[in-house]
Amino acid sequence: MNFPAHLHYSKDHEWVEVDGNRARIGITDYAQESLGDIVFVELPQVGDELATGDSFGVVESVKSASDVYAPVGGKVVAVNEALLDAPQDINADPYGKGWMIELELSDPSEVESLMDASAYLELVKEEKGE
Amino acid sequence: MADLKKTPLYGEHVAAGAKMVEFGGWLMPVQYSSIIEEHQRVRNCAGLFDVSHMGEITIKGPDALALVQKLLTNDADRATGDRVIYSPMCYPDGGVVDDLLVYPRGEGEYLLVVNAGNIDKDFAWIQENASGFRVEVSNISAATAQLALQGPRALEILRPLTRVDLASLGYYRWTEGQVLGVHCLISRTGYTGEDGFELYFEAAAAPTMWRNILAAGREAGLVPAGLGARDTLRLEAALPLYGHELGPDISPLEAGLHRFVRLEKGEFNGREALAAQREAGVRRQLVGLTMIDRGIPRPEYPVLAAGKEIGYVTSGSLAPTLGQNIALALVAAGTVSTGGEVEVSIRGRVNRARVVKLPFYRRPKK
Repeated sequence: MNFPAHLHYSKDHEWVEVDGNRARIGITDYAQESLGDIVFVELPQVGDELATGDSFGVVESVKSASDVYAPVGGKVVAVNEALLDAPQDINADPYGKGWMIELELSDPSEVESLMDASAYLELVKEEKGE
Repeated sequence: MADLKKTPLYGEHVAAGAKMVEFGGWLMPVQYSSIIEEHQRVRNCAGLFDVSHMGEITIKGPDALALVQKLLTNDADRATGDRVIYSPMCYPDGGVVDDLLVYPRGEGEYLLVVNAGNIDKDFAWIQENASGFRVEVSNISAATAQLALQGPRALEILRPLTRVDLASLGYYRWTEGQVLGVHCLISRTGYTGEDGFELYFEAAAAPTMWRNILAAGREAGLVPAGLGARDTLRLEAALPLYGHELGPDISPLEAGLHRFVRLEKGEFNGREALAAQREAGVRRQLVGLTMIDRGIPRPEYPVLAAGKEIGYVTSGSLAPTLGQNIALALVAAGTVSTGGEVEVSIRGRVNRARVVKLPFYRRPKK
């Protein structure tokens, strides 16, 4: 499983890529693998305001629907519309083509409360019972 | 997950890297590679399912037929020779205890194959009903393994592994014989909408059988398939799942299983209630939906007609073969008609769906 070092991670298995006061968000390699074949994605609208912890979308596998939560707060400035027709991009490329939204951060310091790759790897190991 | 039961093939599944999940009190493989891939493999080629979690109950004795007739809504007189029958088993109020397969095993002996999550409940119910009957009821579930080999290539894969004449075994017929040297009950049944076979044999032989059948079928494209694919396959074929389309509060007539309810056969548990339902017409009916709008209908999502709630989704999923989102729904009788539109409320949003004829998928005739 792949957890790039330049990303930040939440306990709900989202990743955050920070660029100035903007953040790109998606779900991790571990999350996509746990879900299995992703067949449907629901995304927010550009302009939506998200507080930390808000559900901003739904990722559905064949078996189940899972909420995706904002790891940090902000205003939605971009949405990956391509996922609506190709939700399987999340399985194939969770950190690339599988990105979900971009936020303009309301408080960039919130990023500091997220995990780095090694701390996240520990969490994943724990969840997998390793 | 320490309290969950495991089939004799648990070790094989873990070794194969299967994703294990809880199902009806059992720890079972939901997928090995991907649900969609396994689903397509069963439709186009063949898949092998471990269904050893299913329950087996035998009824033996001079009153075995009489007891089976009392328990089931279908006519067990039709289960003769090599003929297997499917039947709901009802409570006196017409609600369903379980749905099962009945194998007649010669004079005064029946094998009932029941759902994994219902084994204990069914066994208690059958014992309770057996009072006054000269029968012996045994739960042989733990000693019995079951494999389902399903798909258009199932026959060609299984044929070289046995001397039994599988080609002339008709649909819903069974026989007995050796497969890979193991004595099996072999039936041409399944739960996928495809041709295929189900094998019942002693639990101890399960790992060898599993490995050898997979090895024998590898060249033909056989793969292990999990419960995830089993569910999408059965949903496309509109086969009911206990706890979804059937249950204590759903009658077999509401579930559309009229041809498995034989009121004319005489007394049985639930007969009066079901006769009354048939007379008055059912209150609810099971219908098929295909989504027009985006969104996947999931169990318990409300179904609406012209803005008014008329029922709920019992099973729903992406249908991999059809490339559509589909659902079975239990709705108030007379509120919908085939070809008409309804709405499914998906997380509070209303999405349009079309009422369609069942099943969603029927295998092409050869």
